[in-house]
Amino acid sequence: MTMVAEFAATAKAPAPTGPILAADGVPLDKKLAQVTRRARINAFLLVAPLLAFLLVFFVAPIFLMLRLSTGDTVVSTELPRTAAALRSWDQKALPDEPVYAALVADLKDARERQATGKIGAQINYVYSGARSLFVSAGRSAGSIDAPYKQALIDKDPLWGDPTLWVMIKTTSQTTSPINYLNAVDRTLGPTGAVAQVPEDQRIHVTIFIRTLWLSFIVTLLCMAFGYPVAYLLSHLPLRTSNLLMICVLLPFWTALLVRITAWIALLQNDGVVLSTAVALGIVDPANRPQLVYNLIGTLVAMVHVLMPSMILPLYSVMKTIPPTYVRAARSLGATSFTAFWRVYFPQTLPGIAAGGLLVFILSVGYYITPALLGGQSGVLISNFIELHVSKTLNWGLAAALAGLLLVAILILYWLFNKIVGIDRLKMG
Amino acid sequence: MHLPSYATPLERVWHYVFLTLCGATLLFLIVPVLVVVPLSFNVEPYFSFTKGMLTLDPKAYSLKWYADILDNGTSGRYASGSWDWFKDVWNNAQWVIAMKNSFFIGIIATMVATVLGTIAAVGLSSPNMPYRTLITSLLISPMIVPVVITATGAYFFLAKIGLVKTYVGVILTHAMLGIPFVIITVTATLQSFDRNLIRAAESLGANWYTTFFKVVLSLIIPGMVSGALFAFVTSFDEVVAVLFIADIEQRTIPRQMWSGIREQISPTILAVATILIAISIMLLSTIEMLRRRSERLRGITTT
Repeated sequence: MTMVAEFAATAKAPAPTGPILAADGVPLDKKLAQVTRRARINAFLLVAPLLAFLLVFFVAPIFLMLRLSTGDTVVSTELPRTAAALRSWDQKALPDEPVYAALVADLKDARERQATGKIGAQINYVYSGARSLFVSAGRSAGSIDAPYKQALIDKDPLWGDPTLWVMIKTTSQTTSPINYLNAVDRTLGPTGAVAQVPEDQRIHVTIFIRTLWLSFIVTLLCMAFGYPVAYLLSHLPLRTSNLLMICVLLPFWTALLVRITAWIALLQNDGVVLSTAVALGIVDPANRPQLVYNLIGTLVAMVHVLMPSMILPLYSVMKTIPPTYVRAARSLGATSFTAFWRVYFPQTLPGIAAGGLLVFILSVGYYITPALLGGQSGVLISNFIELHVSKTLNWGLAAALAGLLLVAILILYWLFNKIVGIDRLKMG
Repeated sequence: MHLPSYATPLERVWHYVFLTLCGATLLFLIVPVLVVVPLSFNVEPYFSFTKGMLTLDPKAYSLKWYADILDNGTSGRYASGSWDWFKDVWNNAQWVIAMKNSFFIGIIATMVATVLGTIAAVGLSSPNMPYRTLITSLLISPMIVPVVITATGAYFFLAKIGLVKTYVGVILTHAMLGIPFVIITVTATLQSFDRNLIRAAESLGANWYTTFFKVVLSLIIPGMVSGALFAFVTSFDEVVAVLFIADIEQRTIPRQMWSGIREQISPTILAVATILIAISIMLLSTIEMLRRRSERLRGITTT
């Protein structure tokens, strides 16, 4: 207030010379900069507690987890001499005697610390059979004499496999691409070149493709069925549309596990759908199709769960489109199809982008629905991450899979921000 | 949605096809939720309608699965309805313990998310907020990042600081997952908030404390409450983080349903589901009431 008064006073003064001053004698532009800076700091201070909370409990943990994907320090700390000796190995032929000697010395020490199992387990993730190899070599390390290379190979011919040495080398490095290679069904060959894993072990690429493909189909189905519903809801009188809106909002607010339970009750072998179909004579009772615990079950339930997330953004966009444009198009001679396609539809594109991207982003990360309804053929990438975290304990591979999934999600999120804008996101 | 009198035959056909399609989609959405309710009263341990249920035979219906919610895990030594039985149920019945956990974790996580989220939303809506888009994207990201990744990260991190398998760990993770919803709803409410009211309050001599609690807060309360409800539902519905972080002691309702579906699927789950549907109807009505109230306050009259 004082600033304005002062400004008015200076404006009235005859022929002002020098900078305009605020009440306390500070030049006005400096004063404004000060005030704006204070307001910026104040605004930031309000956000700071939450930002700090999320940085500590959300961002940092995810980064720490993703760090596991680029290698573990187990091998390099437990086999320090071997790691150093392998650094100069060119991977063209088997390592020479000094490397084997370093390994035997390291294994002797590791055996005393009872660490051979740990080392073996770590290498076992990328080279199967390594665990027992290291444990038994550790047991006999004390009684082996030079030449160590020949002695080890005589004990177990696997020590003469160049691939094993490539794996020891890569796991002993501080950053190793091996987990990311495994995540896309690749591995390192005997000369250190990238190669495909054996055909019966190729699974992750299939799962990635299945996840993306299924998400795409889910998005498409949600769009195809959600668009007409959103159109109907936005064009009905408010009283009727509020009533029909319950059909969209009630599933939206119902617990996910409840909806999954419902789909099991509906789709399982003696469930409501098949019992009705059998009673009506549509389905042969002896030969009932499997509707749940496979890809179909996952697909149906995901469409059901995500449909409201498509309808609600579409509805809120359609609600703002004035009906006069379509009327104008019709009165100018457009057929109802042309009026819809050329005039109405383009105005709903923001809603389609918002709903489509949201549904796609959410479905790429789906875990619970495929885990409970997917059976063998319906598992998605999130289920594999969980599998490696809690069952196989191959955390490096889990982190690599999570890293790839996260990159895909962040690209989509960036697109969402770019196309739709984060502040356009609304709930309910 | 009326069919105009000048509609061509093709338009007429399309009109009815369109209505049928919409009707089928709406049924697809609502029927699975509703079908659970009658099935939970089935006297047989099946997930389908028996002949007796279809002919409305009273003998085909029973409340035994609801009784099972209370009895599962109790000693079974006390007569139903007695004080000892009630104590036994309250302390030992698995579903009751899960229900208590769900409410405890949900309410505390909601409070954390709502307080932090509302304060941050006020800052974010200030016209002077630096790096607004970047920071908003970061604050919304727990909703976007797959829960499996969030939960795995949280598990490793909480294990390091000794909070895994504790209530604190689960509550913090759930608060994190609920925060985006509070941010979104409160920022949306603040968009229609007249910032001149803040200036007016300040020029009339109010300190920031009075301004915030008497002017800002009282106007954004509807947004805050609906954000809080979203955060609560997120926690109440969440199972992945609980699977990773919680121990048997912190087992919530979704966790209990998860093992129910995986291990021994019984109609007790349908009875629990029915109760949860009743809870979500209550929440939905609350949200709807709040929405109408705020529209009325802003002068947008409906009906």
